[in-house]
Parts: sequence; structure tokens; C-alpha cells
Amino acid sequence: MSNSEPKSNTLRSKRRRSALRTAAFLSPWLIGFTVFFAYPLLSTVYFSFMHYDGFKPPTWAGTRNWTYVFEHYPYFWPALRNTLWLVLVMVTLRVLFGLGVGLLITRIKTGTGVFRTLFYLPYLAPPVAATMAFAFLLNPGTGPVNSLLEGVGIPAPGWFNDPAWSKPALTLLALWGVGDLMVIFMAALLDVPKEQYEAAELDGASAWQRFRFVTLPNISPIIMFAVVTGVIQTMQYYTQPLVAGKVASGVIQGAGTLFEPGYPDRSTLTLPQLVYNLGFQRFDYGSACVVALVLFALSMAFTALLMRRRGGLIQAGD
Amino acid sequence: MTHVLDKPAESPATVTPTARTARRRALLEWIAVHSLGVAAALFFTLPFVFVLLTSLMSDSQALSRNLIPDPWQWDNYRRVLDTPGFLTWWRNTLLYAGLGTVLTVVSSLPVAYALAKFRFRGRNLTLMLVISMMMLPPQVVVIPMYLFWAKQLDLSGTLWPLIVPMAFGDAFSIFLLRQFLTTIPNEYVDAAKVDGCGELRTLLRVVVPMARPGIAAVALFQFFYAWNDYFGPQIYASENPGAWTLSYGLESFKGAHHTDWNLTMAATLLVMAPVILVFFFAQKAFVEGVTLTGVKG
Repeated sequence: MSNSEPKSNTLRSKRRRSALRTAAFLSPWLIGFTVFFAYPLLSTVYFSFMHYDGFKPPTWAGTRNWTYVFEHYPYFWPALRNTLWLVLVMVTLRVLFGLGVGLLITRIKTGTGVFRTLFYLPYLAPPVAATMAFAFLLNPGTGPVNSLLEGVGIPAPGWFNDPAWSKPALTLLALWGVGDLMVIFMAALLDVPKEQYEAAELDGASAWQRFRFVTLPNISPIIMFAVVTGVIQTMQYYTQPLVAGKVASGVIQGAGTLFEPGYPDRSTLTLPQLVYNLGFQRFDYGSACVVALVLFALSMAFTALLMRRRGGLIQAGD
Repeated sequence: MTHVLDKPAESPATVTPTARTARRRALLEWIAVHSLGVAAALFFTLPFVFVLLTSLMSDSQALSRNLIPDPWQWDNYRRVLDTPGFLTWWRNTLLYAGLGTVLTVVSSLPVAYALAKFRFRGRNLTLMLVISMMMLPPQVVVIPMYLFWAKQLDLSGTLWPLIVPMAFGDAFSIFLLRQFLTTIPNEYVDAAKVDGCGELRTLLRVVVPMARPGIAAVALFQFFYAWNDYFGPQIYASENPGAWTLSYGLESFKGAHHTDWNLTMAATLLVMAPVILVFFFAQKAFVEGVTLTGVKG
């Protein structure tokens, strides 16, 4: 619309009108981006160098908040280690399981719709509700899962009450809600050209070879997408570990309740919980901003990775 | 694979041995696949079943290891609904999710339209910024935002700090709508302009009716987002139980009822139920939206 030479006056005013029109259509986002993101992000950087408790005026702190978070704050490294564990185990298992369920659903020929809905439903369960449900199902005292395990003679773990089992319990919860990945993989699997399977079959390829040399290469961009978005989601993992820890520890929530995060034994700490702990329980806004910036940097790094893959996220539009 | 089963049986004489083994193979595969399917279905549905069964137990039975309620205590659901606050949380959630969804769609649509159909300098940069924001957790800017809403506008203890920003476009909704709008052929947009429609009229009269499935998907996602949101109400509403939402209040339910798993599970199901009902009515739009988020292209 604005690519011809700006010679005549009418053309120039046309250009200006089109620029104004674009700005008008973009205005909600431009305002939102400035007021609710760009400005607060700069404030976050500013506060990360200030002492501020919300009551006394902020005072310059230099890098003390940063050294505090990295060297003295007892929750930072456990939270990072937990995140690493969750990325390695939970994301991997979730992608594999999602792919498996996707493969299964494409092979089910009878009652496909019913199976698909049943597989998908848990993904929709609100995170707090789903976590409460699992806290009950897996509770070591009277939970149905441990009752069943003991019934068949398998030693029952302490799940959300045992530091060694709390992350596996969260992983189980994440696998239950695998519906989003299932749908994505299902769509990708159905997109694989049929002729390639037929050609492979004519060449006498076994089922495994067909999967390895036809299916996998075709869906590898989607696997990559699932892994990277999984990593991003894991760094931001908040509601499930927090609620699981609170419910398992038996802490009653309410205004001003102090809750030692990460129950049991810091095993469910994640980075976003630290922002809450530092900012809204300890009123150390400066250090909370340091963690917020770490979270920002990590999220951006993986988002850049996601966007560098051509064609994955951005559809060629006009 | 099942076409083998569906076919009318041929007379045994015409079936060659290889055809018979192929048939048996297909039948075995059908059985294997569907057994796995049933096993997976049990994994996905049993948690719901256990939660439902427990929600119908008596107080003492919920503390035992019994799996089947005896007697079936439907009264538990009335006890949950009678809990002080529960209906307020319900109303707050509907306000947050309902108003928030409307505001998000209205404010995100023009932005998505501009990103999909206008040509201007900085379009790709804008799109990249939208995608980057989509990937950011709310915790990144929560400290200044909280100070802004609580200290400067004195709005903590309400849901307004969560609802008002939705009038200024939501990154995920903009992205999803933009993905959808790019699939609408430019000819329709151009034809409307030839007919003398301005951009706004073109958007409202031509594009919106065609983009209905995309808008439905965005509205659903946004509704679910607000319904499920825990962090937002925790930051802004926690000090005032009158402003709590279901997702936030549910947890306090466990606290107030200590070990009454039966009531807690009944409340849990009451929080899950609306989302699942909405899904059943809008399944197609929803699944379409999920696939649209990143796979097409």
C-alpha cells in the first residue's frame, strides 16, 4: 500500500493515512505492550539494584541483591536443580508419552472419537483442581493408588510427602494431562504422506523401520516444537508444585499465612515460586526482581530457539 | 485394519492361506491396539472416577480405604455449595473469565487483523514481540505491576488488576487470531474495499463472520485461562476472600476442612465440571485452536 514513490501530495497523504490506520488498529497492543510490559520490565531492572520493602523509599543497593540471590538465598539453587530435573525427566517423558498416545489414537479404528475425548479431558482439568485430585489419589495414608499398590504387594511410596518422590508424582500429573501434545502429534502423524508408507512397505520395511525412516523424519519439527515449548513451560512451572506442596504439608492458606515453599524439603521449588516468596512473603522486592530477570533471560533464550526454526511458529502470511 | 472385519465373510474355499494369515494378523493387531486403548483410557479416566466416588462418601468413610461409597452421600454437594464464600468465588470467576474474555477478543482482533492483512514497516518485528510476550510468565513483571495496582491505584483485594489489562490485547490471542486470519484469502478483503468498505467495516462485516471458528477458539482459551488462573488471584485478591476465584478458593477449602477429602473432592469436581461441559459443547473449535497454536505452517 505504501510502496510507490512518494512524489505527489495525494500519495503522501495516502501514506500518512495508512500509517495512522495501522497505528489505530495496533493501538490496544501498543498501549498494552508499553504500560504492562516494557515499562514494568525496566522497573524490574531498576528495582533489582535497589533495596525496597514497599514501605520505606527505595535505596541504592548496588549488586547486593544479585549476590544475595546467587550466594546466600537458600532456595535459588534447589529451584534451578529441580527445574533441570523436570526438564530432563518430565519434559522427555511427556513428549514420548504424547507421541505414544498420538500414535495409538491414529491406529484406533473403533470408537476413535470416544477414545480421543477421554484421552484429552484431563488436560482441561484446572491445574489447582487436578493437583488437589492427585494429592488425594496419591496421599500415602488412605489414597486409592497406594491402597491398590499395597493390595498387590508393591511397597507404596510417599509421593508428595517424600522428597525423593514428589517430582515423580508431579511428572505423573503432567503425563495425565498430556492431551495437548496428543492432539498436536495426532495432527502431525495424519499429515505424513501415505505414499511414503506404501513405498516403504513395498521395500519390505518392518514396522520399526517404517517408524524410524518415514514417521520420525516427517514429524521431527513437531517433536522439536514440543520439546522447546515443554522446556519453556517447565521453567515457568508454578501452580502444580506450589499447590501440591501446600496440600501435602497441610498448611492452611489465608491472608498473611507464612508458608515454607518447596515442601517436602525444597523438592518442589521452582523459579516463579521464588519471586512470590521473596516479593510477597519476605517483602524483599529487589531480590524478587533478580529472580524475575533470571526467569526472563531463560524464557527468552528458549523462545529465540523456537523462533529460529523457520516456518515452525510463524506462518507465511500476507 | 478393520475393513477386514467389516467385509462380508467370503466362502472358505476362495480364501488362500496367505489371505487367512493376513486376516488373522489384522485381527490380532486390532485386538492389541484396542486393548492398549482401553488401558490408556483407564489411566486417563480412573482419577476422575476415584474423585467422584470419594466425593460421595461419608466423612468417616472418606478416611478409610474403601473405594465404593456406602451410603452414597449426595448431600456432600449441597454442603459444598452452602460453604460460606463458595458462591461468591463462583460469581467472581465468572466475572473474571467472562468479562476478561470479551475484552480480550475485542482488543486483540484489530491487532491480529493488522498483523495478518496490513503491510507496514516493522510488522515482523511486532509479530516477534507478540510471540516473545506469549512465552513470558507473569512473574517477570509482577513486582512493578503489583506496586502499580496496589500502591498507586489502591486496587489490591479486587480482580480489576487482572481484568483491565485484558482490554489491551493478549499476546497469545493476537497470535492465534493472526494465524487464523492469514488463512482468509485476500480477495475477500479486497472485494469489500472495492465495494467501498473502510478497514473497520471490512473487519466487522467480512472478516469477523469468516473468522468465527478462530474467534471461538480464542474466546475458549481465554475463558479457560482465567478460570484456571491461580497466580493472578493469589497476588491481587488473596487479602480479600470476597474477591477470590474458584481456583484460588479451592485450595483454602482443603485447609478449612482438614482431612475431609469427601468435601474437598466434591468441590474439586465442581471446579472441573464447567470447563468440561464447555469443552463438550465446543469441542471442534477447541481442538482446531490447539492445532493452530504452532503446528500449521
